[in-house]
Amino acid sequence: MEHKLTYTAYTEALKQDRLLGLKCQQCGAITVPPMIVCSRCDSTELEVVELSGRGTIQTFTTIFVPPEGREAEAPYVVVLVELEEGPWLMGNLGGVDPAKVTMDIIGKKVRLGHAVSPGDKFSAGELVRPLFTLEG
Amino acid sequence: MRKVAVVGAGMTKFTGAQSKTAVELFAEAAMDAIMESNIKPKDIQALFLGNALSDFAEGQAHIQVFAADYLGLDHVPANRYENACASSSVAFRDAVMWVASGIYDIVLVGGTETAAKMGTPLATRTFAAASDSRYEYPCGLTFPGVFALLTHLYSKRYNVPLDRLKRQMAQVSINSHYYGARNPKAQFRKEITFDDVFNSIMVAQPLQLYDCCPFSDGASAVVLACEEKAKKLTDKPVYVVGLGQASSGILASQKEYLPRLIARELSAKQAYSTAGLTPEDIDVIELHDCFSIATLIALESLGFFDFGKSGEAVERSETKIGGKIAVNPSGGLKAKGHPIGATGTAQVYEIVRQLRGECSERQVEGAKTGMTDTLGGDGGTICNIILQRGW
Repeated sequence: MEHKLTYTAYTEALKQDRLLGLKCQQCGAITVPPMIVCSRCDSTELEVVELSGRGTIQTFTTIFVPPEGREAEAPYVVVLVELEEGPWLMGNLGGVDPAKVTMDIIGKKVRLGHAVSPGDKFSAGELVRPLFTLEG
Repeated sequence: MRKVAVVGAGMTKFTGAQSKTAVELFAEAAMDAIMESNIKPKDIQALFLGNALSDFAEGQAHIQVFAADYLGLDHVPANRYENACASSSVAFRDAVMWVASGIYDIVLVGGTETAAKMGTPLATRTFAAASDSRYEYPCGLTFPGVFALLTHLYSKRYNVPLDRLKRQMAQVSINSHYYGARNPKAQFRKEITFDDVFNSIMVAQPLQLYDCCPFSDGASAVVLACEEKAKKLTDKPVYVVGLGQASSGILASQKEYLPRLIARELSAKQAYSTAGLTPEDIDVIELHDCFSIATLIALESLGFFDFGKSGEAVERSETKIGGKIAVNPSGGLKAKGHPIGATGTAQVYEIVRQLRGECSERQVEGAKTGMTDTLGGDGGTICNIILQRGW
């Protein structure tokens, strides 16, 4: 069967700071990143929707020991964000001093952008991910 | 389904980078298991081998057939299991099914890994490949990073202030090193202090070096037999009485559960229910302490302590030998080492030795029932095994 939203289409939109998700026509749940069925009810009746890209930080870490090939990026902050529409999404947090982030960041409102790093010999292409920044 | 027993177990010493190949390491552990089982390699009807990273560490895919040949197995089926850090536990579970079903009577199961040989940057990269390559790795997520995210969630969800939680986590590492110092097969055979933990480098905030297990080289193996054969081969068969396994996708998909991991709760439920046992029946557990916080999360989901309360139990020494549940008397992944494909059957090795009463100064006296808990990826695979004395 056909995909409603492929990895490539999702990623290309992300590169324009647009977050696409799938809205279930059966149960109303939002699935993001894309799956071939609804993440809640397994329905295949899915519609591509654009999400607000706004949410709140649920947890974070600052990575000091990075994987091979990403040494120049460290230290950097990884966050899990609860989107306004409900799902959680992993991304990086920009606009802060990574070494100074504490648990006080949890609960802060953020807005989605994106970042791209070149891939390495193991990855299938470049590394695109959400880059969140604090609102206000 | 037939009853299945472990009739022999072997493991290499776990170490940092060393000179033997993954096949050589496995053969050492396997021959110890085979000789202890009073059989010859040609008696083995199939090999189930856990290995995650030999493609990267040695340029060796398809390692299982070369391991089988090197051991002198008789052209029998050889399969490799790749479930990240849970690879050999999953291999063990499948092997039990084949013997229980009556297809085979005697099989060899184990795991091998030369992860330390890769060095920290490449090992960190290839371990991280066990998270989602599309939606997690691009964020620079590492495995310490996964459990660092869970540490902050744990602190918030259960209202345990971070400095208190960090002290409870440090005690977990101190306990692991205490037992590692008493295990001749352990990578780290020295005790550590709170100062050692708190003065170590920051890996992924708030996890410091001594909150993290090492990269390791090593192998482990066990021989499984059906009940009828087992009784002829040994007077101390250790029966497999419970098994569970479950999966999950990306970490963010578990938002209702975190810092709990849903796969563990499903897997543990299967294991207890197939065994007809409860957590109160378990005398000793080898659980997946890849990071200090992982022990606290595991203890709660396995049913030993209430959610948010296992740190207090660790502070009260309830997880040491003589406490409510003896946890990781081998030294666990933290001190014994974590050659990832070998970890699951090394946990089984320790439980078998404990049930047989062969662990001298780290012996859990009178242990009759033991359990293992092995986690792969960011909770993507969890497998549980319950073992019981057969004499």
